[in-house]
Amino acid sequence: MSAKKGIKLEHISKIYEDPKTKKPFYAVKDVSIDIAPGAFVTLLGPSGCGKTTTLRMIAGFESPDEGEIYLGGEAINALTPNKRDTAMVFQSYALFPHYNVFDNVAYGLKLRKLSKDEIHKKVMDILDLVEMGGMESRMTNQLSGGQQQRVALARALVVEPGVLLFDEPLSNLDAKLRVTMRTEIRRIQQKLGITAVYVTHDQSEAMSLSDDIIIMNKGVIAQMGTPENIYYHPDSEFVADFIGEANFLPAQVKSTDNGVSAVKIHSHEVQVNNPSGIKPGTDCQLLLRPEAGVIGPKGDLPCKVTLSVFMGAYQYYQVMVGDTLVKINDNCPINKHVFKAGDEAFLSFGADCVHLLTKENLSSV
Amino acid sequence: MSQRASLERRKFFADPLMVTVILLLVVFLALFILYPLGMLMADSVYSPSSYTVYTVRETPEEVQAFFEIQGEQVRQLSISHRPVTEVPSVEGLSVIEELGVTASTTYMAGVLHEGLSDTAVAVYQKDKGLLSLQSFPHIFGDYTFRRAFTNTLWLGLITGLGSTLLGLLFAYVDTYVRVRNRVLKKLFDIVSMLPVVSPPFVLSLSMILLFGKSGLITRKILGIYDSDVYGLSGIAIVQIMTFFPVCYLMLKGLLKNIDPSMEEASRDMGASRWTVFRTVTLPLMLPGLGNAFLVTFIESVADFANPMLIGGSYDTLATTIYLRITGGTYDTQGAAAMAVVLLSLTVFLFLVQKYYLEAKTAATLTGKASRMRMPITEKSVTRPLTILCFMVSVFVILMYVAIPFGSLFKLWGRDYSLSFRWYEALIKQDGFKAFKDSFVLSLIASPITALLSMIISYLVVKKRFVGRGFIEFVSILAMAVPGTVLGVGYIRGFANGVFRTGFLQGIYGTGAILVIVFVVRSLPVGTRSGISALRQIHPSIEESAYDLGAGSGKVFMSVTLPLIKDSFFSGLVTTFVRSITAISAIILLVTPRYLLITTRINEFAEKGSYGIACAYATILIIIVYASILLMNLFIKYFGTSRQVREANANVG
Ligand SMILES: Nc1ncnc2c1ncn2[C@@H]1O[C@H](COP(=O)(O)OP(=O)(O)OP(=O)(O)O)[C@@H](O)[C@H]1O
Ligand SMILES: [Mg+2]
Repeated sequence: MSAKKGIKLEHISKIYEDPKTKKPFYAVKDVSIDIAPGAFVTLLGPSGCGKTTTLRMIAGFESPDEGEIYLGGEAINALTPNKRDTAMVFQSYALFPHYNVFDNVAYGLKLRKLSKDEIHKKVMDILDLVEMGGMESRMTNQLSGGQQQRVALARALVVEPGVLLFDEPLSNLDAKLRVTMRTEIRRIQQKLGITAVYVTHDQSEAMSLSDDIIIMNKGVIAQMGTPENIYYHPDSEFVADFIGEANFLPAQVKSTDNGVSAVKIHSHEVQVNNPSGIKPGTDCQLLLRPEAGVIGPKGDLPCKVTLSVFMGAYQYYQVMVGDTLVKINDNCPINKHVFKAGDEAFLSFGADCVHLLTKENLSSV
Repeated sequence: MSQRASLERRKFFADPLMVTVILLLVVFLALFILYPLGMLMADSVYSPSSYTVYTVRETPEEVQAFFEIQGEQVRQLSISHRPVTEVPSVEGLSVIEELGVTASTTYMAGVLHEGLSDTAVAVYQKDKGLLSLQSFPHIFGDYTFRRAFTNTLWLGLITGLGSTLLGLLFAYVDTYVRVRNRVLKKLFDIVSMLPVVSPPFVLSLSMILLFGKSGLITRKILGIYDSDVYGLSGIAIVQIMTFFPVCYLMLKGLLKNIDPSMEEASRDMGASRWTVFRTVTLPLMLPGLGNAFLVTFIESVADFANPMLIGGSYDTLATTIYLRITGGTYDTQGAAAMAVVLLSLTVFLFLVQKYYLEAKTAATLTGKASRMRMPITEKSVTRPLTILCFMVSVFVILMYVAIPFGSLFKLWGRDYSLSFRWYEALIKQDGFKAFKDSFVLSLIASPITALLSMIISYLVVKKRFVGRGFIEFVSILAMAVPGTVLGVGYIRGFANGVFRTGFLQGIYGTGAILVIVFVVRSLPVGTRSGISALRQIHPSIEESAYDLGAGSGKVFMSVTLPLIKDSFFSGLVTTFVRSITAISAIILLVTPRYLLITTRINEFAEKGSYGIACAYATILIIIVYASILLMNLFIKYFGTSRQVREANANVG
């Protein structure tokens, strides 16, 4: 019925009143996003950062205090949710308990006044797609959580919305089912090529599902980009810390040559990539992912091992570089010399596996 | 205007159905709840015409002649014997002094009584309206009012205390005490539920039959010949029996929420059962007890039927207002002022109960009991409590059994042989018409009320819009309006049309106004049940329908209403039951065109025709309980509660 559409948020803000102090505060502040048709974008952030609020503004349940939302190029601020070409999948599934599976899925189609045959065909097709074929006459309370979520997804998909909105749809499921369902969601979304905005606070969900991730913190966008970009090139300590594990080493840029800088860490010099061209003399933090470091008998930075634990896939080390504690996951320990607590060793990493953050970045969020 | 406000406004007006419904609701609530009450307030401070009162020297005839020459009408005179000391000549009359301007001649009568008995008083009517607070000092100075006021408070106090204690007893026995005997337990259950929807009059009637002058128990069994049930004790007993189940239900809910481990901890430290009750259970219950007390206090104060029937000379505010309106004096302003006093009393108590005590109850008793309570088995506790409950139960059962027998005995007090003569008499004296009228009017009122209260609940719980607070407040506030007050308000508000313009005057004296009264009287109950049912439903269920393209009307009809079917149906039946048993407001508004069961019972009981009254009451009781049975069956087999409950469990 309707083709996939892009969404654009222009300087969207939402002010709420604190229920206790009655003081207004920005739940969402100056958020601008441009989502291409057919893209899968995730809003990721800690609890209370304004993800749900943003999503509900797109759906039309809340009205923004500032800014404009465009759906497929059309400004939709003044449209009520039922007039917007969006469909939402709720955390609580929100299935109609008095309808069976078929009627739940058919609900949106009936509103669109499709013929009986058409409705039947579409519902059956979509139920097959979500692998719920044959269960159309079950009542919703006779379904497992995962099945209910599939029905909720089918109900949203069947109306072929311009955008599909998800608000933590998997958080009520157990860990294993979550993984299955997220691959399902991604498969179906790619098959139908539908635009999707997905809210979660689970980073692995965000990583595995998204074309782009938008990290939010306290109502503002901290960073957006592809999962790889955000992981390896976080703009801020907040993002670095929020996505994956991170070590921060105090560093000072000495000299830069061809995008590679020599930086000084605890009076030792190492070579790292400096794509943003941080000037010599600047105090920075060097971001080192635990899996990007190697502990060996020789290397860049001398360190003292304080903890060494065999974890199977890797050897987990805590080492002191100067007075900074660094956590390292050293892969495939079986082929390597394993250090014990108290040993002196060296920490090294590839120049392109680390990332420099200036103080400005750190304080910006 | 902020962007958000303007967006919300545009979204709101994008839904014409909802806007229309809200508008109609606001008009309905304003017109049929606020306006009549407002008219009462206005009446009590404003009179469309006023009177100037003079003391004069002339004889009544001379004064009369004087005013008639002036083309004025003299309304009331009194004879002067007071020695006249000073004679200022004003406009041809030797006026001694101008006493002032008054709003009502009844007030004048009051003035005359108080120290002016020897004075000629001329009352000179002006066409000017008068805005004053006179009528309040007037009624406060009025002996009948003062007595009715204190009577009402005493009655409320006694009934409130009695019902709370009795409710507590039954609730405590139900949740704490092991009652071995199954039959006994069932009996207690029935007795504490039986009077919940008892028609008015029923207990008063049986009180008279059992304990009155020719009472079965007092006269026949005990041989007391001058027994007098009329008065405070009679009303109080009847009201306690009628209202204690309300307390029972409230207190049972609270007791169930007390975590047994708190009491066990106290037991563990060596406290006796009584100490535990006194130091743990009771303090936890205190706000709840206060709550129950106030609820029954309000019910008692607003009750009309029982004081009417067995009050005797013990007049309460409700009956006094009724007598003012229907009796000879036709003192509407006085009645209005009294109604305002009664209304202020109930509304004040209601607000205290609703916004202070209810919050406090919720604060002290939050959460659920962590596990099952070990019932008390010690004989020293169980025995006296069980015996007490048993005695009350026997009493209540006796009261209810007396009614059908009252209708079957040939002549209560004299001839206790069985016959159907009262039923025959009932049929002969327009019985069918009474049942038909009551039935038809109640049946019209029920679906309107049920639907209206579900719509109100939906709007209040699920929607945000200007006027939402108004709708919620007014429809819940109606609960605190005594029927008599509403009745007087309707008389004042609609007898001459809205604002005395003749608009809507057509409904006055018709069945329509009776139906409206039924709707207004049941709306708060339905709304309250709808609101609590809707709060159970996760907002995302309706949001998802909205999001899929349904407008508010569609969401309501296809999602909300089916999910609160139980509440809707219970609203239907509750309204029917409340309407068919209603009396207080109706009795002021009903015209001879309509015969209603309850007003018929009142008439016959007042005449002393207890046989017919009992026949009516018996059939009424059967109707009421059959309706409730039907409702329970329906909810059991067609209700949605199970699905909804499970859906909510999933939501977590
Ligand atoms: N109706 C409301 N009134 C007042 N404050 C609100 C309201 N709804 C949300 N908030 C506040 O706005 C902020 C953002 O809320 P939001 O629900 O968008 O967070 P979230 O990112 O979805 O969090 P979570 O991961 O916990 O779902 C929070 O501080 C929340 O308390
Ligand atoms: Mg959220």
